[in-house]
Amino acid sequence: MADRKKKKTIRTIPRDRAPVREQAPGERVRNFAEVTHGFRVEDALHEADRCLLCPDPVCVPGCPVNIDIPRFIAKISDKDYRGAYDVITETNLLPAVCGRVCPQENQCEGPCVVGDSYAPVAIGRLERFVGDMAIEKGWTSVPYVEPNGFKIGIVGSGPAGMACAADMAKAGCDVVVYEAFHVPGGVLRYGIPDFRLPNEVIDAEIDKLKMLGVRFECNTLVGRLFTIEQMIGELGFDAVFIGTGAGYPSFLGVPGDSLNGVLSANELLTRCNMMRAKDASYDTPLPLGSRVAVIGAGNTAMDAMRVCRRLGAEQVHCVYRRTRNEAPARAEEVHHAEEEGIEFHWLTAPVEILDDGKGGVRGMRCVRMELGEPDASGRRRPVPVAGSEHEFACDLVVVAIGTNANPIIGQTSKIKLDRRGYIEVDDDMATSLIGVYAGGDIVTGAATVIEAMGAGRKAAHSMKAYLCLRDTDAVYRSGPPPAAARLFGMDAAERNFARIRSA
Amino acid sequence: MFDPMASTGFEIVTRDDFSDLTFLLEIRHPMLAKAAKPGQFVIAMSHERGERIPLTIADYDRTKGTITLVIQAVGKTTKEMQRNCRAGTRLFAVTGPMGEPSRLSGRKKVICVGGGLGVAPIYPQARGFKEAGAHVIAVIGFRAKDLVFWHDKFAACCDEVIVCTDDGSAGVKGNVTAGLGLAIGRHKDVDEVVAIGPPVMMKACAETTKPHGIKTTVSLNPIMVDGTGMCGGCRVKVGNEIKFACVDGPDFDGHRVDFGDLMVRLKRFAAEEKAALERWSESCRMADRPQPPAAASPPERP
Repeated sequence: MADRKKKKTIRTIPRDRAPVREQAPGERVRNFAEVTHGFRVEDALHEADRCLLCPDPVCVPGCPVNIDIPRFIAKISDKDYRGAYDVITETNLLPAVCGRVCPQENQCEGPCVVGDSYAPVAIGRLERFVGDMAIEKGWTSVPYVEPNGFKIGIVGSGPAGMACAADMAKAGCDVVVYEAFHVPGGVLRYGIPDFRLPNEVIDAEIDKLKMLGVRFECNTLVGRLFTIEQMIGELGFDAVFIGTGAGYPSFLGVPGDSLNGVLSANELLTRCNMMRAKDASYDTPLPLGSRVAVIGAGNTAMDAMRVCRRLGAEQVHCVYRRTRNEAPARAEEVHHAEEEGIEFHWLTAPVEILDDGKGGVRGMRCVRMELGEPDASGRRRPVPVAGSEHEFACDLVVVAIGTNANPIIGQTSKIKLDRRGYIEVDDDMATSLIGVYAGGDIVTGAATVIEAMGAGRKAAHSMKAYLCLRDTDAVYRSGPPPAAARLFGMDAAERNFARIRSA
Repeated sequence: MFDPMASTGFEIVTRDDFSDLTFLLEIRHPMLAKAAKPGQFVIAMSHERGERIPLTIADYDRTKGTITLVIQAVGKTTKEMQRNCRAGTRLFAVTGPMGEPSRLSGRKKVICVGGGLGVAPIYPQARGFKEAGAHVIAVIGFRAKDLVFWHDKFAACCDEVIVCTDDGSAGVKGNVTAGLGLAIGRHKDVDEVVAIGPPVMMKACAETTKPHGIKTTVSLNPIMVDGTGMCGGCRVKVGNEIKFACVDGPDFDGHRVDFGDLMVRLKRFAAEEKAALERWSESCRMADRPQPPAAASPPERP
């Protein structure tokens, strides 16, 4: 404790990041075990030592849920890991998940001032260290919750729904989460492969929600089994949160799109991750290719490529119409994919998928692209190079070029949608239906896990206001308050509370 | 693996075998029975390691709180269900109702055509049309007389029932298009034909009605995984558009569906399906073989 009093400067901290241990590329392409190992205690202490503990931190606003990053890192330095966990879980329920899947380079680690001189503090890996330790030791931050009698329905058990469920349960509500699949977790379960996010981590995080009293109802397709309007009406929910995700994958819209060797990354990942098709004792079949082309360069595309590699594809190619600089995937995922022998074809776009005569794929016709003027997204628009058409041999095409809004809620309810079919919400995440809130990909279109969680928490905040519940985001910190904070011998936090003596 | 439904699942109330291939399961699910509408389907998993298969809801009983599925044992999963599903056992997962319900109102005279396995799912549509005030003619096709089922159920809700059998042992000889042709010949004022059955049969029905310009609706049942529009495995070509049968359908305009594309896509996993069936059949033979008393018999999955 005492040596932390000495102020750290950029000159006194360790220059290099703690080493991160990974499975060797040659080894890991033959298994689905996690690629990146977590920090050991000594690694975590080294990395925590690199944090300058800025009094006015820039990393915290970079985090979509504003984790108090310097405070949890200081707790790690004090070897108070439980304390670090408690700090993180004040705002983020799923540290073991977010530490693994957040694009930290664009969020907390992006603005980190250490990054101006050296590599930024590996905040994500520290978060994962704390989250994994919590799972290992069975820590939970289950507060005492006074039931308030309100009933909350959550549609979708992905990150947005889970975050909202946790906040509402902590506020004392009776929370039910509905999931259409037979297992909860949403994109964490069907989308993100085991080697990035093991199932045990998802199970552990869901178990924590259950400890808060959240109930999960699987095999329930909201909209069709009952509508959103029915939830508010006859099913007696006081408020509803919709976090159904984007789903509905886009296809290329080129000739040959519906050949049997063409599938969406969502389908490949769902079959492999959730339906466990890679395991012969499960019944779901899996399309295999020996020369696979994956179209797109986002995180889903990287996951699809690395899954194909592990399923035994001899060659896996990434075909992307822009360059590496514009690729939306996390830097670490592109790096890992390269290590695993994925071949990248930047500035290339398919114009036709070629039939093998039996309904399958024998290749694609592609064109080369060049970057022109910036488009609406600020990225330079790719334009085809005249006369650059060429054939590209492959026997499986996986399409990972994004998703559209899932239509089910819109088909079955009067809720207001925007032009593109996503649910329209106001600044408080409220939809056009009273008491119904929405957040995550079904509002914004495809985004990240932590952004969805941020939206779920923001919606929970508004739902609490709607139900006139005290906002439990204001954390009451235990321990004796400093003398200055006491007025007439009373804790300042208790001011304005009338003391009533019971008879 | 996470198992939320280990002790619950969905109870099978009755089982009824129509033939050595086709059997009926009635499943207790009061909410689903209340929500189901003609034309919708469910996704079922028989056990935790099973695949998700789409099955059209053949009937529902809101007072009893049950839904009825009619299953044809053609592959590993359905043959395994035929072997293991009994009244009192449970299916691991049943999710639904999925898909857009069929449009039943505003029709004066309709022909409902069901061929083979399509006979069961056409029944709620025929009943629904009748309830909506239409004159309903049912055309149902089977291979032979002893495979005919639900004739009485159709007779109770339709104005005319035309049974077709391939061998002529009952009703009209020939497949359902013969019966459909007969019905169109008798009635010049048909508003709509609804056809459910194998793709070849639906295609033939669409071709039969096209010269007469009768609106023809077909119900497509391609390979699906989630049934919620998330994977795109069930995409079908309708006109020049790609549609997902699970959320945009399953009903589409039969004159615009690309049946050739659908039939190719249905064979997508033909090799895998064949291999899985062979492996499973072999394991059943081993399990059925009388075991020598000394050897411990492998535990069979309940």
